Amino acid sequence: MADTMELLDIEVWDGNMAASQALRQVQVDVVAAYPITPSTPIVENYANFEANGYVDGEFVMVESEHAAMSGCIGAAAAGGRVATATSSQGFALMVETLYSASGMRLPIILNVVNRALGAPLNVNGDHSDMYLGRDSGWIQFDAYCPQNAYDLNFIAFKVAEDHDIRLPAMVHQDGFMTSHTAQGVATLTDEAAYNFVGEFKPMNDMLDLDHPVTHGVQTEEDWHFEHKARQQHALMTAVIPKIEEAFDAFEKLTGRRYNLVEAYDMEDADVAVICMGTSVETAREVAEEMRAQGIKAGVVGIRVFRPWPLEQLAAVLKNVKAIAALDRSSPHGTVGTLFNEIAGTLYNSETKAVLTNYIYGLGGRDLTKAHLVSIYGDLKANMDAGKPTTPLQQYIGLRGPKLSFF
Amino acid sequence: MEKKGWDGFEIGAMLRSFDGAARDIATTLPENRPYSQSNLFKASVADWRIEKPLFNKDYCIDCQFCWIYCPDMSIIARDKKMVGIDFDHCKGCGICVEVCPTNPKSLLMFPEQKDEEQALAGWPKKEKNAKAEEPKED
Repeated sequence: MADTMELLDIEVWDGNMAASQALRQVQVDVVAAYPITPSTPIVENYANFEANGYVDGEFVMVESEHAAMSGCIGAAAAGGRVATATSSQGFALMVETLYSASGMRLPIILNVVNRALGAPLNVNGDHSDMYLGRDSGWIQFDAYCPQNAYDLNFIAFKVAEDHDIRLPAMVHQDGFMTSHTAQGVATLTDEAAYNFVGEFKPMNDMLDLDHPVTHGVQTEEDWHFEHKARQQHALMTAVIPKIEEAFDAFEKLTGRRYNLVEAYDMEDADVAVICMGTSVETAREVAEEMRAQGIKAGVVGIRVFRPWPLEQLAAVLKNVKAIAALDRSSPHGTVGTLFNEIAGTLYNSETKAVLTNYIYGLGGRDLTKAHLVSIYGDLKANMDAGKPTTPLQQYIGLRGPKLSFF
Repeated sequence: MEKKGWDGFEIGAMLRSFDGAARDIATTLPENRPYSQSNLFKASVADWRIEKPLFNKDYCIDCQFCWIYCPDMSIIARDKKMVGIDFDHCKGCGICVEVCPTNPKSLLMFPEQKDEEQALAGWPKKEKNAKAEEPKED
């Protein structure tokens, strides 16, 4: 029996510690991990908890991130509660196995501490790795601060392990900005946290010896399409209601409210910035300042990136006149992902807002309040003109001549 | 196997070996096991075989070498007696023939289309000039 850890109501934790405390409190059975900056402390802390008797689990040291996720897949198929963490290049190495985990419907929780993808090599935060996972069939939650990183882990376990869902989930947080920035985090007691997620209920587990199963079978053109369709059906229809249920239950337990789409000052907003991660908090501050100057500014944070909350986002953007999609990843050859998603969300709707795209913050470059002020200035001009007054895609916070496309 | 629609099967790339619970399966003979439709036991996976082994029980000494060495569990044996070959699973690799110690061999490879009765009728006789003389018992 694992020891209980007495926590203060509010602990000073960075995002990594917040995530590893959540893994401890839900009593993860198996963590197979290969450390990589800036997510290393998540699994390091977990190993520490395990070594000191705070978890009845197994920590499996492996030789790569590919092996880490493969170990997680094996443990999950065997019938355990499973989690791990990674970043950047490690995430890239995991990609092949991410598709296996989702296709095999194994509810693994992966904490992704977002970091740039090289070359050039870079340990700081951007969303390249998060975007790399967007077609992998995982549920993707995005935390904006350590408190979110803690809370969303519980939500992720509760949703992913539900027998109507059985899909793996990622909890994203920004490298260093969230992962290494200590803030006050309101805690749950070990008992309350565990009870919220509940005991792990295996499904088709390999250790049920009376019901032998083969996991990870091969199918060809005669079965593959049906399997992928079934997976997409679950992701598209079952996940969002279950997440909303979990958000409601979590609010009841803690008073903290999460939404698929986080809307700030959007009730009467004319112009809106849409972004993810720590940028949401900066944008909120600037939006308030813009309102003091008479611009009805709002901010939209994407809380659940996959499955994409199309209907909820369309509802939030209904009356907006100009939108900036802020992508913290180089799209390499097209518009940014958020731009694409938002365009797809609004194209058949009544909303005819002007939509533009900003690429920012690559490799940990700061998004300053001044940048956001200039973006809101662009949006105001777009709104007044009723069409884009700038190129569709602009780079902000970049040295050298102004760079833009389309 | 029935080609079900996308909503007609269990989730995950997962297949069951048996229908329902499978207890004491090791002591249950294969023909009595509740193999599921998706179990390979129910499928013919031998359609690429071009040569097949045929069995002549007149020479068999039930040494069980073929049963032990067959990589596909395609030698059917009951009570330590060789019964025959499972042609739904035999790939025609010829290992059983190779390890058969009798003279002449009790298992020989034939073209896939060869008629069994014909093969048995033309079965080779004992070789007098075997590679080495068998040691005499004193």
